[in-house]
Amino acid sequence: MATKTIAGKSIEVDAEGFLLNPDDWNEAIAEALAREEGIELTEEHWKVIRFMRQDFKERGQIPTIRRIKNAGGIPVQDLYRLFPDGPAKKAAKIAGLGKPQGCV
Amino acid sequence: MAVDKEKLGKVSIIISRGTVEGIYPGLIMANGARMEGIEANIFFTFFGLHAIHKKKMKKIRVDTVGNPALGIPPIIGIIPGMSAMVTRMMLKEMDKLDIPPVDEFLEMIAAAGANIYACKAAMDMFHFTKEDLIDEVADVLTVGQFYEIAAGGAIIFT
Repeated sequence: MATKTIAGKSIEVDAEGFLLNPDDWNEAIAEALAREEGIELTEEHWKVIRFMRQDFKERGQIPTIRRIKNAGGIPVQDLYRLFPDGPAKKAAKIAGLGKPQGCV
Repeated sequence: MAVDKEKLGKVSIIISRGTVEGIYPGLIMANGARMEGIEANIFFTFFGLHAIHKKKMKKIRVDTVGNPALGIPPIIGIIPGMSAMVTRMMLKEMDKLDIPPVDEFLEMIAAAGANIYACKAAMDMFHFTKEDLIDEVADVLTVGQFYEIAAGGAIIFT
């Protein structure tokens, strides 16, 4: 376990920089984490992030790409465009959730 | 992982069988590659072509006869409806893990930027045409063309 200062706040993260506690998250942290991934957040990104956080809150699981597509209404192409080279992980990281553990 | 290793840049996965257990591992690996930012090609050959055949993809089943790991004696496995029942059960379990049906999975994989190809020799053998295949199929390739496309990456045969 490590502590990292993100957007002026000291936060516990894992070895890969995923937040350990989703409640530590706020929008400024999301923007800082996105910048680390080379992503400037737009309204389209926020739609994904808000859905993921809401779904996680309701179901206790990080949504898969399929769930983001079917329940969140965000096409797979868009996810790959918004979060290149690993959308499920990158979006989960920026949304302040843990690292997705599933294979799909 | 934090360990600094050279990242795998490209995988080309060959799917040669037409059963649930023959098709899915390759689909999961191709999709998983894209999820990691790895370039992915899938090459469907022999009965694997059934996975991308508009009509035959709807009838993909688990093999209940030649599969001792399933725990069903072959004599039971041949009972009509057995394969369909086992298939339903398996797909239900997979759905719980958010592993989609073959048609939805192929749409997702194509949308994720993987390239889907069909094998020319197998197409000719089964008298399939490009029109028989789903729209996500980018091209019908000879073995030589497949190797050109796969160059510089890993090739996985399933």
